[in-house]
Amino acid sequence: MASVDIDAVTKRYPGAGEDTIKGIDCTIEDGELLVMLGPSGCGKSTLLRMVAGLERITGGAVRIAGDVVNEREPKDRNIAMVFQNYALYPHMSVYGNMAYGLKIAGLPKAEIDARVQQAAELLQLDHLLERKPRQLSGGQRQRVAMGRAIVREPRVFLFDEPLSNLDAKLRTQMRVEIKRLQRRLGITSLYVTHDQVEAMTLGDRLMVMNAGMAEQIGAPLDIYSHPASLFVAGFIGSPAMNFLPGRVSDDATSVRIGHQTVVTDKARGQAGRPVTIGIRPEHFSLADTGNADRRVDLHVDLIEQLGADTVVYGQIDHAGDVVLARLPGVLTLTAGDTLPLTIDQGQLHLFDPETGKNLW
Amino acid sequence: MEKRVVFRSASLPYLLVLPQIAITLIFFIWPALQAISSSFYREDAFGLSRDFVWLQNFERLFADAAYLASMQTTAVFSLGVAALSMGVALVFATMADHVIRGATAYKTLLIWPYAVAPAVAGVLWLFMFAPTVGIVSFALGQIGIDWNIRTDGDDAMLLVIVAAAWKQISYNFLFFLAGLQSIPKSLIEAAAIDGAGPGKRFWTIVFPLLSPTTFFLLVINVVYAFFDTFGIIHSITDGGPGSPGATNILVFKVFSDGFIALNLGSSAAQSVILMAIVITLTVVQFRYIEKKVHY
Repeated sequence: MASVDIDAVTKRYPGAGEDTIKGIDCTIEDGELLVMLGPSGCGKSTLLRMVAGLERITGGAVRIAGDVVNEREPKDRNIAMVFQNYALYPHMSVYGNMAYGLKIAGLPKAEIDARVQQAAELLQLDHLLERKPRQLSGGQRQRVAMGRAIVREPRVFLFDEPLSNLDAKLRTQMRVEIKRLQRRLGITSLYVTHDQVEAMTLGDRLMVMNAGMAEQIGAPLDIYSHPASLFVAGFIGSPAMNFLPGRVSDDATSVRIGHQTVVTDKARGQAGRPVTIGIRPEHFSLADTGNADRRVDLHVDLIEQLGADTVVYGQIDHAGDVVLARLPGVLTLTAGDTLPLTIDQGQLHLFDPETGKNLW
Repeated sequence: MEKRVVFRSASLPYLLVLPQIAITLIFFIWPALQAISSSFYREDAFGLSRDFVWLQNFERLFADAAYLASMQTTAVFSLGVAALSMGVALVFATMADHVIRGATAYKTLLIWPYAVAPAVAGVLWLFMFAPTVGIVSFALGQIGIDWNIRTDGDDAMLLVIVAAAWKQISYNFLFFLAGLQSIPKSLIEAAAIDGAGPGKRFWTIVFPLLSPTTFFLLVINVVYAFFDTFGIIHSITDGGPGSPGATNILVFKVFSDGFIALNLGSSAAQSVILMAIVITLTVVQFRYIEKKVHY
């Protein structure tokens, strides 16, 4: 068991003009699962590989259980990693794959047997121990990769997009299994993914990364309800948050979207300034007679019936930007209708159009 | 998915492969049949008369101490060449796999010896190691090592093995490098995380995964040592020194018995045996490669 400290870590590849990782600080508590989330090329895998010892750390320090591990070989860091392509040894059986690290560590045969057997049962692999990786399905390979990590009883688990090679159904299933397993074993884990659903459901905390920087670190729901920047707001949540250009009224009590006005507390102190208004599709609701001061009219272009929800595509005040609203239940609408909606004002976000920072 | 080209005319495909078939028939099948038929005859040196002797040529060969000695020489020579050239090539390939800067130049330079003709390679090594004028022989003499390929059979064998292996290293290097590069990097990383140091990683992960390449090269190198090293032997030692010749490998004996001693029947029988050996090796190769390899 151990905490992981990432302390002002930077990475610059030889010959590169700028840093790939531009100074990241984060502490992963003992037993916590931190998900590093971001688009491809944001540096999340690089950061994970630096913790693993597969990439050199240019600046800053990585500490595992308080010890600086910058100069330690991967094998001396007491970590285990699950790779995106599983990286199973193709010439070894499932048993051989799981036992490899233990054999190298020089454990007695009985102990190796016991540990592999235990992990195999945990992962329902006990009937497959003699198979070669090529005889396994994708989900089984994934479990073997997990098993290989578990048997070593490491202090830290590293996951590098472990589910991205699986089909959608299996991914959901494995996601739950990983979560359950990590809870049960209580091993500090770092998990890299570009899938925000995976991140939301798995992580105790998320680190949303963009262009080599940590845009925001926090619990999934905190990030969902208080995104620190436009980038985070757009990346977390599906369908993505709507962004509309607007302006705060001169008395700082409301924002204007085109000709429509929405009253919000968040406008306080921002009198007259231009803002980017962010509102999630699920935070619209059908307008009733009250709340007239938080009402907008949506001009419907297209609707998608999902059964449980109805997704409405349209424009507010013909402002040009497409707005999505996700409303519960089945609604019968046609293109050209005008749909009066209420905005949940606590869920309205105002961003600085220049810096992208959340103003609240 | 399989894509097949379908010809509208039935004769066109045959016409297209005709040149290849003609070449094979004229330059490979016909001489091979000639050799097989000659192996059943005893012919006088002037080609004036020939007797059909059934398998007597073969019987005599296997009773001939010189021939059996030549077989043994060939075994030592070909295994020596295969082991040396593959070993060195594997070391080079492993190192080249890590080179990032200047990798292309490095690889190109390593490939050059392959372009040198066997006879030229032989002469090159002979000049360095000749007892009278060779610079390496001279240097060895200076430090007290008596190196003479004209009198010492082991010295001669060592030199032809080195010369033959040297030429083959490039070829093996290319295959080993390709083999190494096809091993996913994440496997090596996974092994590193599992606690294996570089040596352990090589022997437990890399080498087993290279085994298809290694086996393929082993067959290729043995075939090379059996057949393509004639020029090297001819130019460096002429099969000698001594009698039976210390470097008189089978393919050289075919030549010296047939074209120098003009014992055509025996020479033909020897080539038929060589043919059988190479066919066997090829069959083994194909069988194995079809069956295994795909991870």
